[in-house]
Amino acid sequence: MSTNTEFPGPVKWVDDRLGIAKIGKKNLRKVFPDHWSFMLGEIALYSFIILILTGTFLTFWFKPSMAEVEYQGSYSLLKGLHMSEAYASTLDITFDVRGGLLMRQIHHWAAVLFIAAMMVHLLRMFFTGAFRKPRELNWLIGFGMLFLGIIEGFLGYGLPDDLLSGTGLRITNGMIQASPVVGTYMNFFIFGGEFPGDDFVARFFIVHVLLIPGIILALVTAHLFLVVYHKHTQYAGPGRTQKNVVGYPLFPVYTAKAGGFFFVVFGITALMGALMQINPVWLYGPYNPAEVTAGAQPDWYMGWLEGSVRIFPGFESHFWGITLSWNLIIPALIVPPAFVTLVALYPFIEGWITGDKREHHLLDRPRDVPTRTGIGVAFITFYAMLWIGGGNDLIATHFNLSLNHVTWFLRFAVILGPILGFWIARRWAISLQRADQERLLHGLETGVIMRSPEGKYTEKHQPISTYEAYSITARDRLVPHEIGPETDENGVRAPRRALHKARAALSRFYYADAVQKPTTQEIEEAHEHAHDADEIHELTEDTETYREVTSDRS
Amino acid sequence: MSNDNLPVKPEDEHGVVEVAEPIPDPGLEPHEPRITDIDPKAADRAERQVSGMFGLATLLVLGSCVAYFAIPRDSILEFGPLSGNANNMVIGLCIGLALFLIGAGAIQWAKKLMVDEEISEERHAAHSSPQQIAEITEAFKEGAEESGFGRRKMIRNSLIGALGILGLPAIILLRDLGPLPGRALYNTIWAKGIRVVNDVTDRPIKPSDLVVGQLVNAAPANLAPLQEENASEYQNAKAKAAVIVVRIKPSEIRTKPGRENWGIDGILCYSKICTHVGCPISLYEQTTHHVLCPCHQSTFDLADSAKVVFGPAARPLPQLPLAVDSEGYLVAQSGFHEPVGPSFFERG
Ligand code: HEM
Ligand code: FES
Repeated sequence: MSTNTEFPGPVKWVDDRLGIAKIGKKNLRKVFPDHWSFMLGEIALYSFIILILTGTFLTFWFKPSMAEVEYQGSYSLLKGLHMSEAYASTLDITFDVRGGLLMRQIHHWAAVLFIAAMMVHLLRMFFTGAFRKPRELNWLIGFGMLFLGIIEGFLGYGLPDDLLSGTGLRITNGMIQASPVVGTYMNFFIFGGEFPGDDFVARFFIVHVLLIPGIILALVTAHLFLVVYHKHTQYAGPGRTQKNVVGYPLFPVYTAKAGGFFFVVFGITALMGALMQINPVWLYGPYNPAEVTAGAQPDWYMGWLEGSVRIFPGFESHFWGITLSWNLIIPALIVPPAFVTLVALYPFIEGWITGDKREHHLLDRPRDVPTRTGIGVAFITFYAMLWIGGGNDLIATHFNLSLNHVTWFLRFAVILGPILGFWIARRWAISLQRADQERLLHGLETGVIMRSPEGKYTEKHQPISTYEAYSITARDRLVPHEIGPETDENGVRAPRRALHKARAALSRFYYADAVQKPTTQEIEEAHEHAHDADEIHELTEDTETYREVTSDRS
Repeated sequence: MSNDNLPVKPEDEHGVVEVAEPIPDPGLEPHEPRITDIDPKAADRAERQVSGMFGLATLLVLGSCVAYFAIPRDSILEFGPLSGNANNMVIGLCIGLALFLIGAGAIQWAKKLMVDEEISEERHAAHSSPQQIAEITEAFKEGAEESGFGRRKMIRNSLIGALGILGLPAIILLRDLGPLPGRALYNTIWAKGIRVVNDVTDRPIKPSDLVVGQLVNAAPANLAPLQEENASEYQNAKAKAAVIVVRIKPSEIRTKPGRENWGIDGILCYSKICTHVGCPISLYEQTTHHVLCPCHQSTFDLADSAKVVFGPAARPLPQLPLAVDSEGYLVAQSGFHEPVGPSFFERG
């Protein structure tokens, strides 16, 4: 094969202007490691693209207006009814634009998937410690996208102006109104006066189709740029170190796989849009502030906020001519933002506790950092309890329980559940670590029983492969942060001693009970001991025959 | 983290952890050839499989175009549990399957036929090299020096001031997003002498229309005319004025002091707007006189001044004092004595 030093015509035209060879050289064969858990972010990205495509289709017919019209479309059950143009045009998209219902349903399913994928992606980051230096910024960017995605979905849900979406807005309006001092003002500015008014659809629309997608797009770009710049993390394994990245080249394998995966995700959302009904707004009717549908449920990602206000006991204070609605201030305005902030800042909290300032490109297995894993499970449990609270009525009716009991149970579970979850997950991780250690030091149980000349019975163990042994041990030694000497060489007391002490204590707690990987010496000792006791043997033909004898006997 | 306990001493803060301990890195596992690498026949089969998927996708895409024109837009497809608009379903099925096949084909191609040997690339630390840092610091200093930004404090401070104040119009210009709340939340269109009408039929209600145990959704008589005048005023007024009228056996009612003459023979009228966050309450249970808000299950006892018996709401539903006018219809004695709907800070 001869090497070309010149591009063919059209490519040359581009290169003369852009110098594509310079950019391409570095990136065309860029390496991406392969693992199923790395696809979660891709799903989020692809559903965002699907949202832009289907959303743009919808904008061609959707009329973001609350002007009242009489419906004259082809859905006979609502014919002649007064409704907003927004709702009427949503009905038109559904019944009179061919493929309109399909696009609406794909749009909605992709929205649900978008947020779900981002959340699971975030959990993957959390449990593998992918957020550690140098990737803290990408963690925050990801959080920003998740936050905006949820707001975006909520605004979209409000656009059709059907009974369900109006009810959701009414609830939000009531929550905003509970904010001390500024509540009523915020509401009047957002809704252009009293609820519902005739402004919000037009306002929400422009935020929904331009402002937030624009910001998300910018964040996606930054996010992907950083992934390329830092290079992808990888799981530890033979030949996969902190200093390299092993995987398939961008061109062709990764392009084919990732590109193909885009079509798979699009195909699946299209099939869902074709076959699975979602948000059948025509069944709900136009918004009417004096009506509500029973058992109304918001999209799944709003469930935890809903649950939070559902299970909080109702009390408010009245004094000095003001009202403080604790039943909303705490569960809607304090708890969710505080929880989100805590999770968002977790990388910095963990970094401070462990004092770890090094770069990490190898992912942790969740079991290898039991405390972090426990904290993650506590976060999930907290979220899950609130989420279940969002459906407390469904649970009560389905399982024939009293709503009162379900609510009281959840009030406790939301606090005790995370503690229990933390403890169980941490213990579980530690026992998995012990099992690993066991495999490493004593090999695999073969089920073969040996009798020594003295008549002692032992089980034969087979050592695991060097590759596996390396993978198990390719992780950090966990060393708690130390406070250092009380005074420095010059006898000056170290400043902020109490803080450092607290930090050291936290750090000890963080690493407490985690199984330390063995040292070279420990491994050698274990193997020698095994040989003495005849525990570890390569399985030879002899042992095979022996196995038959033993299994006959048993 | 005390550095000397680490497997490898990091030279500085950027130190990368090294983990090749206690077992030395054996290097990448040897590459296992796939069946398609060894057997040309298997490779050909894979090729046919992949191009089969792409070919089928093409047919499906064409199918979706045909379906768009061929299937009437109002035809319904009933197929077991699947039922819905046939046009949408068939177009969606064809496009969905086509997309899926294109994707699956590409992935299959990569997995079966493209070279699958993993390659390795070096990583570089995220931070700049000391030399780059020295260079950029130098360049920045030079620029800063040339601008005199650091020396001429007056310019710097006045610029910062001018830029900072720019935020002010950015906020002020949003002022006209809405009117100030004023007294809007305190008032409804209920007033003395306004008739209570059924909210579906718009007919005024007589006490004799209600039997014990009955609950009617109602509205003020002056609401309906608003709809023609101004649809958005109408919605806003309705969002606050919606009420429920209920008739309870007088012996079961526990009247709050001061409200003795607010009901008519056990007929009571309450705001329909939940005091939690404003959903219209809806489910009435006759035997207990409890009414439930479907949004977060706040439950109010209508026989006991609509006080909260369960759920996150903190206040009873406001009660509308009733009277009977000269023609025998239910009317309001006055408007509500407190703001209806969810609480707000300045409510008192
Ligand atoms: C970025 C993430 C996005 C999310 C999570 C999202 C979510 C939603 C949701 C849940 C709905 C309600 C759909 C229904 O059931 O009717 C909706 C409606 C809508 N969205 Fe989006 N959307 C996103 C982006 C976009 C973009 C980029 C556009 C346009 C360029 C768009 C245009 C629309 C329109 C016009 C509607 C109203 C149409 C209707 O209700 O039929 N969306 N969106
Ligand atoms: S709005 Fe009625 S319980 Fe929340």
